[in-house]
Amino acid sequence: MPMQYLLLIYWDDSLWARIPTSDRNRIHQACGAWHEELVQTNRSRGAMGLQPAATATTLREESGRLAVTDGPFAETREVLGGFEIIECQHLDEAIAIAKKFPGLRDGCTVEIRPTVAGNACQD
Amino acid sequence: MSIEELHRQHYGRILASLIRTVRDISLAEDCLQEAFALAIKRWPVEGTPANPAGWLMTTARHKAIDHIRHRTMADAKHQDMVALSSPAASTPEPVDTLRLIFTCCHPAIALENRIALTLRTVCGLSVEEIARAFLVPPATLSQRLVRAKTKIKLAGIPYEVPADDELAERLSAALHVIYLVFNEGYSSTVGAQLTRADLSAEAIRLCRQLRELLPDEREVAGLLALMLLNDSRRSARMDTDGNLVLLEHQDRSRWDRALISEGTQLVPFSMGGGPGPYAIQAAIAALHCNAPTSEQTDWPQIAALYTILGRQIPSPVIELNRAVAVAMAEGPAVGLELIEKISLPGYHRLPATKADLLRRLGRNREAIAAYREALSLVSNEIERRFLEQRLAELQRS
Repeated sequence: MPMQYLLLIYWDDSLWARIPTSDRNRIHQACGAWHEELVQTNRSRGAMGLQPAATATTLREESGRLAVTDGPFAETREVLGGFEIIECQHLDEAIAIAKKFPGLRDGCTVEIRPTVAGNACQD
Repeated sequence: MSIEELHRQHYGRILASLIRTVRDISLAEDCLQEAFALAIKRWPVEGTPANPAGWLMTTARHKAIDHIRHRTMADAKHQDMVALSSPAASTPEPVDTLRLIFTCCHPAIALENRIALTLRTVCGLSVEEIARAFLVPPATLSQRLVRAKTKIKLAGIPYEVPADDELAERLSAALHVIYLVFNEGYSSTVGAQLTRADLSAEAIRLCRQLRELLPDEREVAGLLALMLLNDSRRSARMDTDGNLVLLEHQDRSRWDRALISEGTQLVPFSMGGGPGPYAIQAAIAALHCNAPTSEQTDWPQIAALYTILGRQIPSPVIELNRAVAVAMAEGPAVGLELIEKISLPGYHRLPATKADLLRRLGRNREAIAAYREALSLVSNEIERRFLEQRLAELQRS
């Protein structure tokens, strides 16, 4: 049974804003090539890069009232910058794919999360 | 062979093979437990079968088929049924044990859960035994096992020996678990039925098994050698009051010569071709263990080995050990020069070593200050008494 994993890519927005455009282009290109290879080998199930966390809008219900606020869910230095959904046989394959993510060398963090398959939520 | 011995020697191996066919650790554990229960009931009456391990495996497999059949009638599990009912070898395959070790020691599982699962499945220790050894309530231990198994299942940790390009990294994670188990037993004193010292024996047993399975891996031999050599000094490490005795003050006639000989024999192989950290530490331990006295130890070589080790694992503690060896080899002044460069806040051994070197250089006033600093940080009682004694001697002179 193949597994699906969500690769969550975190980075430091402020760091990203400070690096030169040429470097940004280089990183974008490298990450794009990494994604493209996953598409070619039929392992990608979708991917997206996200706008900076400052553009986020967060909704949560507080004492019965829905609050709409500016900014991400948690105020942390590292924020969600993008994601990739992959399909493979097991965690070791997912780790091998994630290890090749070029952003890791530029300070990104990759979190691998298995998705809920069918209705098997918790054991 | 009694059923207890059979359990001791074969539980992990049979379980490992069973997990491969049923693809579910908990189910495999339950079925093997039932098979052992049946053996205890039947064998005394019907006689022990010719191939006891094979009997247990086949019986457990049949139990697993029953369980899966009862659990679901749906087609989803049809594949499992096919896999289970296909004829399989009646003796456990060694590679399955390797699969089990690598699965239990997967770095994606929290360290304490990894340790618990390895001892429970590969070593076949009971929940109560492991809990007692780690001084935690059985409920805590059970929880760790559940967490480990849930992680394996939901995160999709494979039941495989890692590919060649991943093997070194994953092997080092497995060796780390084994060494932690060893140290947990080594740094403690006594306990009830399963003494904490038995954890060291369990780690050595596990490493021996791993060495049989991966005979070409030098770090496996290195870790086995390191544990055997450290274990050889176990009884000399404590005085009659249960206090720690430093290496230089140990009664060397109490060291276990058989363990030293076995450990030392593994060193040349483990040191071949770019030695890893366990091999280097084993080589250092071998030099200590084979020296007749502290003074007659090959300190220059120990210093050289610490230099190589420090390059692999940069650490101020390794630097301190290197400085001690250099001081023994080249004199206190050279050692002191190295010590001055080390920063280890809160660790009493740094000022204690410095104090000793200053004392040997006749710089008594500075030595006294360093002993006082060491005394303000030390927690071990016998080391405290030792430092107080040295300080008193200096203050008298």
